[in-house]
Amino acid sequence: MPVKFEVNGKPVEVEVEPRLTLADCLRHHLGLTGTHVGCEHGVCGACTVLVDGAAVRSCLMLAVQAEDAKVVTVEGLSLEQGLTPLQTSFRKHHALQCGFCTPGMITTAHALLSEEPGCDADRVREVLSGNLCRCTGYISIVEAVLDARAAYQRDGKRP
Amino acid sequence: MTAPTQRARNVFVGSPIERLEDLRFLTGRGQYIDDLAAERMLHAVVLRSSVAHGRIHSIDTTAALARPGVHAVITAADLGKVPTIPLRHDPTPALRRYEQPVIANGNVRYVGEPLALVIADSPALAEDALDAIIVDIEPLPVVADRDTARKDEIILFDTVGTNTPDKLRAVRGDVDAAFKDAPYTRHAHFRVQRHAAVPMEPRGLMAEWDEQQQRITLSGVCKVPFTNRRALAKMMGLPEQSVRMVEYDVGGGFGARGEFYPEDFLIPLAARLTRRPIKWTEDRRENLMALNHARDTECDLEIACTRDGTILALRGHAITDLGAYVRTNGATAARNISQIMSGPYRIPHVRMDVTMVVTNKTPVGTYRGPGRFESDFCRERLLDMVASDLGIDRLEFRRRNLITEAEMPYPLATVEQLDIETECDSGDYGATLDRCLDEFKWAERSKLSGKLIDGRYHGIAVGCYLEGGGTGPRENVRLAIEANGSFTLLVGSSSVGQGVETVLAQIAADALEVPMDRINRVLHGSTDYVAEGFGSFSSRTMVMAGNAIVDAANRLRALVRETAAGRLNCAPSEIAIDRGMAIGPGRASIELKDFAGIAVDGTHASNKRTYSYGAHAAYVAVDPKTGHVALLDYVAVEDVGRIINPLTLHGQCVGAVVQGLGGAFLEQFVYDENGQLLTGSFADYLMPTASDFPTIRAIALEQKPSPINPLGTKGAGEGGIIPVGGVVANAVAAALSSFKVQPLDLPLSPPRVWQMIQSARRSGAASR
Repeated sequence: MPVKFEVNGKPVEVEVEPRLTLADCLRHHLGLTGTHVGCEHGVCGACTVLVDGAAVRSCLMLAVQAEDAKVVTVEGLSLEQGLTPLQTSFRKHHALQCGFCTPGMITTAHALLSEEPGCDADRVREVLSGNLCRCTGYISIVEAVLDARAAYQRDGKRP
Repeated sequence: MTAPTQRARNVFVGSPIERLEDLRFLTGRGQYIDDLAAERMLHAVVLRSSVAHGRIHSIDTTAALARPGVHAVITAADLGKVPTIPLRHDPTPALRRYEQPVIANGNVRYVGEPLALVIADSPALAEDALDAIIVDIEPLPVVADRDTARKDEIILFDTVGTNTPDKLRAVRGDVDAAFKDAPYTRHAHFRVQRHAAVPMEPRGLMAEWDEQQQRITLSGVCKVPFTNRRALAKMMGLPEQSVRMVEYDVGGGFGARGEFYPEDFLIPLAARLTRRPIKWTEDRRENLMALNHARDTECDLEIACTRDGTILALRGHAITDLGAYVRTNGATAARNISQIMSGPYRIPHVRMDVTMVVTNKTPVGTYRGPGRFESDFCRERLLDMVASDLGIDRLEFRRRNLITEAEMPYPLATVEQLDIETECDSGDYGATLDRCLDEFKWAERSKLSGKLIDGRYHGIAVGCYLEGGGTGPRENVRLAIEANGSFTLLVGSSSVGQGVETVLAQIAADALEVPMDRINRVLHGSTDYVAEGFGSFSSRTMVMAGNAIVDAANRLRALVRETAAGRLNCAPSEIAIDRGMAIGPGRASIELKDFAGIAVDGTHASNKRTYSYGAHAAYVAVDPKTGHVALLDYVAVEDVGRIINPLTLHGQCVGAVVQGLGGAFLEQFVYDENGQLLTGSFADYLMPTASDFPTIRAIALEQKPSPINPLGTKGAGEGGIIPVGGVVANAVAAALSSFKVQPLDLPLSPPRVWQMIQSARRSGAASR
């Protein structure tokens, strides 16, 4: 069945099976392979995308449920050239190794900082505890997110 | 050997260079195997056994083949002769009898064993067809634990007749004589639970068969592509040069990913049969039952000491559960347990026996610090028990027995069956212990140990360890000058997410004395790049590839000098290479791009291992009402010989510590008596999260470069995990000292800790 929604600011229309997840739709129908699939049961958070501004597990949402929604993936949170302040902070703090969980961390952290740019370390840990990372031990990720708060405070709420 | 460890122009090695890889990973432009697509691509899905042990009577694929979109269903019957997966390590005749067939052949021996492969237009259609395959398996009695395995009443391999594939023994000195006259001995029995590497990216492969050239390309390989090429070529009846292995970005390895698994044959086979590109990506449930498990060990350990705390001897017997088959490196942990049980301590007489058994569970392989995590848990626990018995301070006891620098090189026990000898190469083990205690503020905190504060018992502990690395025999690299005067580095090493591109570029830039951006590309992992590569495992890349780069750079500079001297009519020694120019007498110069096309090979060969070493300390608080252990502080100190990139090294260490904490507190594969895996999802198999262990401090030192390689590097990727189980278990024991409990089993889950406290209370052992 057809589904229409917006991805990273662009309207898309895709013909999908009703059982197709939003994650698979993004990855295999729309070529947005930055969104990763780590568990397909909603625990690891690698597939996190923003749906109407909220961090959502795209493996637990069907593509057809995205009808009329505004979906943002890690590609949509990136620049043509260079890195955003959040990404720069991740790189500076070595908050990634294999990079597989990273898109989910970026989308989750972006959603958090957009809503709560003044959040403290405990709040960052609480929110990020829904995303598994096997490489870093998380400490550098928490530091990176805390260090990126300033950019969100300066910019105000971003999309 | 002279070690040119410092050069004036040495600017990148040792600097916290931000990683080159990050630019693509942070923006969603990484390319992992499931991101690939090809024209006419089909998808593979594996039907796995739901029976742990059984005899296959039939597999009827008729209905599945008739389903829409299904192109092929492959079972053992389609293969003719079913190949087994060769052992990469320790291929003794005894172990080879237990090699895994690439697809279940006659019998199934664990839940998750591949029975059939379905090829369809989409993964969903292939999964639909799985349900249409009719499998008739006669269940057999199940070997669900080590004790049942050792009785040999139920046999996994009828043709062999025993569930014990092999036994290893490592020996140093005369242990029985030492025990005979020992004034004090202590014995304990320890268990480390089955858990595993569990990288975040599930495995995947893409195979493309070129019918005209009779050539297969397999993408998604990592770790040991050259070894796997050899194995695959043999199984497919192809010359090695007709097998191309291509590495893409890899979402974590930790020892498990990249070994040769059944799918590494089945997917290429399907591509050849269908003459279509085939992609396969496992889901997490499959991953948890198909990727190597690890650690599953119990160990009886006995120590002999003088009354003043000098260790005289150590002996023991460990039993490791290999699962249903011996996989490529299934015996590695057992071998390490036998050899390095003595750790960084001066123990003149050692004898460790290790019995390997097979059970109806997922086969095991290496997981970061294989055998080392297990041995360190047993040894460090036993040391604290002895110190307490003898009334000696835990620190003093360790200090007295640590190997000193003057005793280097210090030989460890020799593994008799495999004739493996090794020796600690260098180090000041006491220095890392002291530094760890300083950072930890041991003296101050020791006043709190064992105290009940605000409802929780506080405890501290420290442990010392060795990290073996730099495994041989060789690694090869190639350095080439490009048309624009930049350099391309091609290496036989593999990336599993550890930052190979960045750190190898740092070494190359320094060795060539050029800015880092002149290292245009670092190409790794694929069999296209160098003629012979060995890959990335056993903390070997900074030692083996790092020193091979230095060798290649030296050769390249010599060649440039020689060539420039010919053109400038001077002696090669008169040529200086500076900032992209070869400069001769009288400032005559040639730009490096004029040497485009020059390429040299470099190699580093060694069969001597390096030994990083260190100490970790933990501060815990135990809630007696729930059994929950909170980690209040954790300090890790390691001397790695030579730091290439402090940023990535620090990341490896902290990451490894948290993995170790997962193994110590959370992670466990649980099976029932029928061999069913009960923890086949992330809801059941608990991995550490961001809120579990917020305080880990890691300090890396480079006081003692390795004397056995020019860079002075030692392996460093695994050290962080090795001592964790022992250190935190000792901290829990210290916290609960008033109950006189002795944690002997991992994981220290809340129920287990709570039960220890309850049974101590019931038996009245508690002093209050």
